[in-house]
Amino acid sequence: MRTPQLSSFALALSGGLLAGPASAAGLDIRIQIPQLDVAEYHRPYVAVWVEREDRSVAANLSVWYQQKRAAAPAAAAPAAGAPPQGNEGGTKWLPDLRQWWRRGGRELSLPVDGLSGATRPVGEHDLQFGDGKTPLPALPAGKYKLMVEAAREEGGRELVEIPFEWPAKAGTPLKAQGKSELGAVSLVVKS
Amino acid sequence: MNNSTRSALVLAALLLPLSSHAHKGWLQPSKTVLNVGQWVTVDAASSTDPFVKDHNAMRLESLLITAPDGSTVAAENLSSGKLRSSFDLQLKQAGTYRLAVVNNGLNASWEVDGQRKSWPPRGQPATAEGFAKEVPAKADKLKVVSSQRRLETFVTAGKPNVTALQPSGVGLELVVAQGVNDLYSNEPATLQFLLDGKPAPKLKVELIADGVRYRNSVGEIELVTDAEGKVKVQWPQPGLYWISTSTEDQNATAPATERRASYTATLEVLSP
Repeated sequence: MRTPQLSSFALALSGGLLAGPASAAGLDIRIQIPQLDVAEYHRPYVAVWVEREDRSVAANLSVWYQQKRAAAPAAAAPAAGAPPQGNEGGTKWLPDLRQWWRRGGRELSLPVDGLSGATRPVGEHDLQFGDGKTPLPALPAGKYKLMVEAAREEGGRELVEIPFEWPAKAGTPLKAQGKSELGAVSLVVKS
Repeated sequence: MNNSTRSALVLAALLLPLSSHAHKGWLQPSKTVLNVGQWVTVDAASSTDPFVKDHNAMRLESLLITAPDGSTVAAENLSSGKLRSSFDLQLKQAGTYRLAVVNNGLNASWEVDGQRKSWPPRGQPATAEGFAKEVPAKADKLKVVSSQRRLETFVTAGKPNVTALQPSGVGLELVVAQGVNDLYSNEPATLQFLLDGKPAPKLKVELIADGVRYRNSVGEIELVTDAEGKVKVQWPQPGLYWISTSTEDQNATAPATERRASYTATLEVLSP
């Protein structure tokens, strides 16, 4: 699996060589989609958002879903932003991301630039969100939770939460471990 | 009285209470939380245990579907089988749909020389002409009862709204503070019952979770509404719930002297 190597290389780049942006405030998130030993595998739908203490949504960061019916499982993922096909495009299964749907997903009109994207393969995926830059608004100081929810066709659903404070107390990565649909999830809060 | 007549009467006596009381009407939506453009299919029947298709299909002549903008939309692919009726609905609008079967009826019973008579005959509609023709103005034990029966369920596409949920103000109705399609097994829900649009206290409310067939007992939950017509429900598990209540009073319009109102809803409770 090449993705983790690639992404850690990318992280090293952004953290080292490109020193400028690294100091910018924001959230660095790493999400692992685990390898599963199943007969019929579909990439999971994944939603990433930031929740306030009252469970309302402070920021919708990402949603990965099947944006077009693949002709075959081997077909390449369509480009992000491709419109859903007909009524039964991949948006049909978005309510299966139950918490995300309830907390705000159902109010979005997808696709949304900078938010929605195609499903991603097994491996580690790095996401970086700059404070005050779409889709992460400038967060008022307070307690938040990073929420990562995954749902897979012919599979299950899992929600992983990482509580954090803004602004960050220290630059240590916060970690949580999924058990079924998600692997390791880590968060670096930079402020 | 010959034997076959007698056994037919005994059979009728055995069957009558069953068919008038024990069978529960229900609507069973395939899903209640969906995206805009999706289809739902709904089964409708009556049976001893909710959602178990083993008795009779429900008549859907009085099915009324209210769309999120308050307009009335038609069901598609209406069909009626032996054990259940069904229909489909495409959720073209964002918001909450109210799917209701509302029956307002009239029943009269009286006695002639000690023999019980009733109107209208089973399966026939109560019409004003029929009433005038068949029901005597004066008779022994004459009782004329109006009935208001509402059976409903709710489905939401995208973001919920409440336009379709405005109470009609007739008979028994339900208001769910959290939203009819925002129910989760780890959150208690408050259900408020209204009679003619006003809070209905002291109602006995029965709740039955789907899956009776796979349990050793029905496991019904019985609650009584408080002064505000409310009950607080702790859902034992996610799934569909059959919720029912009824009441009787003298608040009837002529020619009825009594009114019976009943209400049944199917709500879906999701896992958190």
